[in-house]
Amino acid sequence: MTVTDEAGVLEGGASAHVQLTRDDVAHLAHLARLKLTDAEVATYVGQLSVVLDSVAAVSRVAAGDIEPTTHAVPLTNIYREDVIVPGLTQAEALDQAPAAEEGRFRVPQILGEEQ
Amino acid sequence: MTAAALADAIRAGETSAVEVAQAHLDRIAEVDGAVHAFLHVSTDRALGAAAAVDAARAAGAAPSSPLAGVPLALKDIVVQRGVPTTAGSKILEGWLPPYDATVTSRLEAAGVVILGKTNLDEFAMGSSTENSAFGATRNPWDLDRIPGGSGGGSAAALAAFEAPLAIGTDTGGSIRQPAALTGTVGAKPTYGGVSRYGVIAMASSLDQVGPCARTVLDAALLHEVIAGHDPRDSTSIPQPAPRVVDAVRKGQATDLTGLRVGVVKQLRGAGYQPGVISSFDDAVAALTRLGAEVVEVDCPHFEYGLAAYYLIMPSEVSSNLARFDAMRYGLRVGDNGSASAEEVMMATRGAGFGAEVKRRIILGTYALSSGYYDAYYGSAQKVRTLIKQDFEKAYSVADVLVSPASPVTAFGVGEKVDDPMAMYLNDLATIPGSLAGIPALSVPSGLASDTGLPVGLQIMGPTLGEEAIYRVAATFEADYVSRFGRIVADQAPVLEGVK
Repeated sequence: MTVTDEAGVLEGGASAHVQLTRDDVAHLAHLARLKLTDAEVATYVGQLSVVLDSVAAVSRVAAGDIEPTTHAVPLTNIYREDVIVPGLTQAEALDQAPAAEEGRFRVPQILGEEQ
Repeated sequence: MTAAALADAIRAGETSAVEVAQAHLDRIAEVDGAVHAFLHVSTDRALGAAAAVDAARAAGAAPSSPLAGVPLALKDIVVQRGVPTTAGSKILEGWLPPYDATVTSRLEAAGVVILGKTNLDEFAMGSSTENSAFGATRNPWDLDRIPGGSGGGSAAALAAFEAPLAIGTDTGGSIRQPAALTGTVGAKPTYGGVSRYGVIAMASSLDQVGPCARTVLDAALLHEVIAGHDPRDSTSIPQPAPRVVDAVRKGQATDLTGLRVGVVKQLRGAGYQPGVISSFDDAVAALTRLGAEVVEVDCPHFEYGLAAYYLIMPSEVSSNLARFDAMRYGLRVGDNGSASAEEVMMATRGAGFGAEVKRRIILGTYALSSGYYDAYYGSAQKVRTLIKQDFEKAYSVADVLVSPASPVTAFGVGEKVDDPMAMYLNDLATIPGSLAGIPALSVPSGLASDTGLPVGLQIMGPTLGEEAIYRVAATFEADYVSRFGRIVADQAPVLEGVK
């Protein structure tokens, strides 16, 4: 990633100016298992660089000693009685599958020839 | 007619639930070709549910709720068993959910008649409803303009009188901003106030279901039907529904003497349309006249809210939407016998998701990447803490806070679709409340002096402060009606015979 720091690298490491490349976007899309056309990659390179420039503002105020908030309302573990309740039947679970066979989901091959 | 009046008429036998449902189905047939609020209309199912309400009444049974027999439009991100649910995405086109959301079951148990599923930005990602894979919804106030988003379908259905009640979901403003742009009422409950079970997830730490209506009382009646603890949602607050209907009745009967209202300094000024600001100033003057003590509150970290939101939300989106993998349900593309599961997954997601969804997934993947995680996602979570602290400080001097619900009135179809940052700015005023998880609603404050289009007043309360915000909204609405003779929604242009 080309990260220029004309305004200096800000606290926390986010830069004042982020310029993604086509390879960056293609790599991120692959990590997210998204097949993109070349035209989509080209569009996202520009748009996402603008968005990232803007959101990098968060590192300006986020000092080290601030506790992060993951949820608005504090969460605690919740326990329940371990009792069996009816769920979906096998037929219901398979009813909306793109493909099913012998009472199971049918999926494309997961391992290649060499694996 | 309001939902409350319809329920009264059905209870009194002046009309039947079937007649009411049929009248709304006829209205949908008349105007929805032009408005496109609905993705699916459940004619037979709605008439069946209405007939059941009428049969129960004929048999002498007490109404199952104060809204028994009243029709409702359900945002198409809330599942209803056996009814097509798409979330506005091609990846779920044709999917029939095998179960009901808790909200859906509660509505059905209350005798509410679900007319159909309403349009939305794909997976609720957007502020205009233009990101729907099935075409944009139009604003009934001006069909060349957008109704806001993501819940533009639900808001437009209300404004076009296709339904008196609707359900929305709000992650960064998707109930409040469309309500503002259509002259309707929309409330985002405290995070955890309404069950998310069966609501297709966008950003789980922010998503919240809420009521939409044309009046504050109708929104409160619906709020009480859907709210309250649900063991099937682990983030559900273990408390009964707030008594918002009583709060509204109190608000209608009293003024605001003794109430402290905080005007948020940061939620006005640059980026806000002059007509919105003048309507907001009029609203603050009305609150003062009604006896409230108005103070200015300083929330210096709100200006970082948008940035924090556009890191936290896409991060959660990139994780949540991983479930659309073409294996168990939904679309599958490129399964030709030789393609691998991974190739099919990539092809399906590439073909099934729209531009904004892909943009957010990539953004979230970036923000969560090692090496960038601390600077982006980690910093955003710290900003979230700072915003919560700003709210806590503000609520030490004010009972409720107010701001415009949207910085602008309804804009033109196509105006902002190619500029993501311009689109994101629509949620400027609603995002801080989302990050803090507090309850907030939008109630119409009037029409903008510059565009003649509706403006929404946002009223925000502290955590679990629903009763306070409904009370203030009810007093404000009653005062508006006493001055102008009718609610804002009743001033919308008449849509007759548009096709």
